Amino acid sequence: MHNKSVAELSRELESGKISSVELTREYLGRLRKEDEQLNSFISITEDQALADARAADEQRAAGKATPWTGVPFAHKDIFCTNGVATTCGSKMLANFVPPYDATVTSNFRNAGAVCLGKTNMDEFAMGSSTESSYFGATTNPWGLSRGEKRVPGGSSGGSAAAVAARLVPAATATDTGGSIRQPAALCGVTGLKPTYGRVSRYGMIAFASSLDQGGTMARTAEDNALMLNVMAGFDPKDSTSIDREVPDYTATLDEPLKGLKIGLPKEYFTGNLSAAMEEQVRGAIREYEKLGATVKEVSLPHADLAIAAYYVIAPAEASANLSRFDGARYGYRCKDPKDLLDMYTRTRAEGFGEEVKRRILVGTYALSAGYFDAYYLKAQKVRRLIQQDFINAFKEVDVLMSPTTPSPAFVQGEKTSDPVTMYLEDVFTIAINLAGIPAMSVPAGFVDGLPVGLQIIGDYFSEARLLNAAHQFQQVTDWHQREPQ
Amino acid sequence: MQWDIVIGLEIHVQLATRTKIFSGSSTAYGAEPNTQANAVDLAMPGTLPVPNEQAFRYAVMFGLAVNAEIERRSVFERKNYFYPDLPKGYQTTQLERPIVGPGYVDIDLANGETKRVRIHHAHLEEDAGKSLHEDFHGMTGIDLNRAGTPLIEVVTEPDMTNADEAVAFAKKLHGIVTSLGICDGDMSQGSMRFDVNISLKPKGSETLGTRTETKNLNSFRFMEQAIAHEVERQMDILEDGGTIVQETRLYNGDRDESRSMRTKEEANDYRYFPCPDLLPVEIDDAFIDEARNSLPELPDARKARFMDQYGLNDYDAGLLAGDSKLAAFFEAAAERGKDAKLASNWVQGEFSARLNAEEKSVAQSPITGAQLGDLVVRIADNTISSAGAKKVFEALWSGENDNVDAIIDAKGLKQVSDTGELEKMVDEVLASMPDQVAQYQQESDPKKQKKMLGGFMGPLMKASKGQGNPKLFNEILVRKLGG
Repeated sequence: MHNKSVAELSRELESGKISSVELTREYLGRLRKEDEQLNSFISITEDQALADARAADEQRAAGKATPWTGVPFAHKDIFCTNGVATTCGSKMLANFVPPYDATVTSNFRNAGAVCLGKTNMDEFAMGSSTESSYFGATTNPWGLSRGEKRVPGGSSGGSAAAVAARLVPAATATDTGGSIRQPAALCGVTGLKPTYGRVSRYGMIAFASSLDQGGTMARTAEDNALMLNVMAGFDPKDSTSIDREVPDYTATLDEPLKGLKIGLPKEYFTGNLSAAMEEQVRGAIREYEKLGATVKEVSLPHADLAIAAYYVIAPAEASANLSRFDGARYGYRCKDPKDLLDMYTRTRAEGFGEEVKRRILVGTYALSAGYFDAYYLKAQKVRRLIQQDFINAFKEVDVLMSPTTPSPAFVQGEKTSDPVTMYLEDVFTIAINLAGIPAMSVPAGFVDGLPVGLQIIGDYFSEARLLNAAHQFQQVTDWHQREPQ
Repeated sequence: MQWDIVIGLEIHVQLATRTKIFSGSSTAYGAEPNTQANAVDLAMPGTLPVPNEQAFRYAVMFGLAVNAEIERRSVFERKNYFYPDLPKGYQTTQLERPIVGPGYVDIDLANGETKRVRIHHAHLEEDAGKSLHEDFHGMTGIDLNRAGTPLIEVVTEPDMTNADEAVAFAKKLHGIVTSLGICDGDMSQGSMRFDVNISLKPKGSETLGTRTETKNLNSFRFMEQAIAHEVERQMDILEDGGTIVQETRLYNGDRDESRSMRTKEEANDYRYFPCPDLLPVEIDDAFIDEARNSLPELPDARKARFMDQYGLNDYDAGLLAGDSKLAAFFEAAAERGKDAKLASNWVQGEFSARLNAEEKSVAQSPITGAQLGDLVVRIADNTISSAGAKKVFEALWSGENDNVDAIIDAKGLKQVSDTGELEKMVDEVLASMPDQVAQYQQESDPKKQKKMLGGFMGPLMKASKGQGNPKLFNEILVRKLGG
């Protein structure tokens, strides 16, 4: 049962072969047992899940089911859940129980899905390894059988590890610089970061507001489509969400790829990409050619500026977004503050982890008088150039393809001492967030027994095309079905 | 040494929207602390601002009323600083691209001249909450009901040269925003707050001196006092050879003293940057046209109409037209009273004096313009004397009775205007005062004669128990004595 996709589970529930309560019990049992090794969940909401499952069974019996009614899944612990602790992986919010749902949360609730708990993540979504969580690191299920403790990627590493280990068939995730695609690649699952504004950010705890985007993670492209059907859409509570019709993303999955024009950005096939990784990715692209696609090389001339621009803009926004965590109204407060300044400084010194503090400092510096023009304004100009690179590329091709990451999952602790090597994990993903376009990571092979991700990048609002391309690839490959031992 | 005073103002105007600028919470004043603060106002994690269209409409109306350019694309920025009544740790405001560009307001000066005060810009922003330092035993209470209330901050050029001009400008602005209906104008509730920038320079010098900013003055009187106080303070320093420190100061109106809040060196680096949660606000012609068409009569136009329609002089018209509520009160009194001049005198005299004495606004007045109009009718038709009218006004004000004629009857204030009866009284009084009559008749200077008439009025009023019409008594006396 745990190897079934959302689409398959939905059909089984509909046929009456299994009830949501039975299914939920089975998943909860597995989750409790298997997650001791992985630590992919921060909280498991067993009672709530069973209550939701009972309600879902009643809905189905009443003939009011959606494809999601009764299907178990999990939320990244960045999405606010009414009445359920939402920590964002931080000590700062370890005790925080929001009295409201994120729009994404209420969308899944309204669709009848059964949330089993909240998945682990890098603190405030700042990281590429899920090692900076206050609740301990998550371990990648790949490599465990060899006794290796590898990172699942991050920041949505909990969601990726849980989906890869079959603890849930699907999980929500967020992506600010690669936080869906990189962990999806490292865990061998399929993940989609939608166009900025496609999914509401209301109730999704902010890291960098102009880059953050909620998205999907599951084993198949079809399940990603089913998730996006629930998540996408205009939200009056988020004035940066876009009022544009939401298609049925499952409706175009079966379209043939004949004539699809694929661009390979030459800047994404150089430098720190290993030969073994490149071979896997090129192999995947040959599959696309077999499906009737044509391939050409394109250029993104400003690609090498993306990381620098990102590490000015994202920390700058974060430095303001995280100011609200001051100990005054909710969350952590230091013990016995002697005055206001003491409360602020100790609360924030004790409540935030190292990486979060580093980024707040970097962002504060970049916005400071005398530095603003040289850093923030310059980075915004670079951002426009990067955006223009993509716009130009999509005049020539339909989609771009590249490796998602330069290398497969690394061993825990390997990159924690040098932040910059960690930042380079996102070298192929980060520009996509600066441009605001959608992109996916699709399982495309293995190197040394570790999954390799193929990144598929599309023009604004081309999610249906990306999902279609991923789905067709998954009809002729089985990388996404491989199960870690 | 002679000094030129240079004054610029920053005025925070609370907009009278029903809900906050970025959330659906009510903006009503006076609720229990923190009952009008929702998840957005509390800056709960993941919450996002959603702009209130009405605030933009009001800002555009303001811009049009002060002859300003409207920015078609305005941008919200984050002004970062930590304070407990600022829940997000930043204020959402406008800096580089404010919604209202340069404009101007003309003010009337005491010497009858008109002066133009330029407005540098006006921007939209959210108000902070309130810190309550009393009643918490060494701790500070936070009330976030006000957090997120929409404000426009109006910034003038340093065009004013004394306290009178600054106050005249402030009053004019108050009249404009209350006439527009975009602000309730209630200064005691903080609906308008003034920051005053002041510097001195040697008379005729082109170079501006170092300025100070005195913050958060919430009445015209305090503003006048604070300017006088600060000008004197700066003058003392400069004349002793000292230099002015650029700083923000707080003025205590009750004690007429001020203290430094922070110097320029201590000022925060606010690290402004465009708010990524809010897209730039695009304003199109249709929106501006709609705002323009909804503009009500403004003080300048109303003043011209009062001069034309009611025959008021420049001064009276300007004073009454400046405040929309006072203007409406006057118009009700004039329409009912049929004597605009008399209505104007009573509104500016007895009525305004009473409001001031009791620190009430026009809206809090216990009497209506129509009631004052009824009183004006009875003064004009000689039913009551001016002394009697004051008694009627008193009874109206105290709520003793709300009907003018009923008060006149109940208090027996009707004047005796029966000339036969009055002549009889005059004859009797003159007969009892032969010496004074003789004196009067021997006097050749008509001015002195006029004065001497007063000597007969006292006894006459006594004889008529205060109800004789003084005008008629006067006429009869002149006739009888002159004969």
